[in-house]
Amino acid sequence: MVRPYWLVRGKTSRSGEGLDVIAMVHSLRRAVPDRTDLEPEHLAVLQLCASPRSVADLASILKLPLAVVRIMLADLRDQGLVSVRRPRSDGHADLRLLREVADGLRRL
Amino acid sequence: MAYDDCEIRRQADHGDCPAPVAVKILIAGGFGAGKTTLVSSLTEISPLRTEEDLTRPGTVIDSVAGVGGKRTTTVAMDFGRLTIHAGLVVYIFGMPGQERFWFMWDDLSYGSLGAVVLADTRRLADCFPAIDYFEHLRTPFVVALNRFDGARTHELSDVRGALDIDPHVPIVTCDARERATCRDALVTLVEHAAALVAPVARAPESERAAAVRTSRR
Repeated sequence: MVRPYWLVRGKTSRSGEGLDVIAMVHSLRRAVPDRTDLEPEHLAVLQLCASPRSVADLASILKLPLAVVRIMLADLRDQGLVSVRRPRSDGHADLRLLREVADGLRRL
Repeated sequence: MAYDDCEIRRQADHGDCPAPVAVKILIAGGFGAGKTTLVSSLTEISPLRTEEDLTRPGTVIDSVAGVGGKRTTTVAMDFGRLTIHAGLVVYIFGMPGQERFWFMWDDLSYGSLGAVVLADTRRLADCFPAIDYFEHLRTPFVVALNRFDGARTHELSDVRGALDIDPHVPIVTCDARERATCRDALVTLVEHAAALVAPVARAPESERAAAVRTSRR
């Protein structure tokens, strides 16, 4: 488990604020040429996020703890390489959304 | 549906490929109640787990230097995904049941539509903490008895009495191994959440109760 902690290089969880487990991450530039300052895992995240992915999906695919993924994503966000969309806090009160979810679930 | 303000910039970068709206439904309940099984039954993807590696309770991650001599605890959280359509995806998360992981519940439950609390009739008290938590947060929830053989009516009313929950909170049965019944529990939850937002016409007595509940929100 040394590697995941190396990835975060001593940063604390505060860097990962705003990265909810279902926040959607999307790479902002497909080609990341010659970025030797990025770890392989960061490059993997950028590739994976060519299509939007949730933080939980990324943690699971990369087999890394959530906390580590969050700090990596905060780094990438700070460098302008990914966009992060937070989930809504009030979805439970949105009638249209709830009905859409219920209808969709019934069709499964 | 509301996006935050990086939407415009993101669309400029991505063209018309915006991220879907993601919503969260929680699966709670005591150890052995069937959370893992239920998530596995529902998810469209291979059951996935995320891990949280903790150097000590209350601290999500410590510094690199601190890792060496400390004992670490790993908690795995089951999660699954259900894609409704290209613009809407439902994530379901199993909430870790052990008391020492309760501090993670706030993080997981932020913005959720609601929760299914799985109850084991042999250990009903195990679901009390989750029920207390969701009642406190006013998160919509339903109680689901994990049964393969259904439950007789008197059992449901016995459980309702033992749980001391609001009379409008649905209690359902489901077989955590069977996708259809699990899906039905989710539908009941979402419909219950909708009813909390917009109560439909009911008998006068329950209407008063619903009005009181709605005004408390």
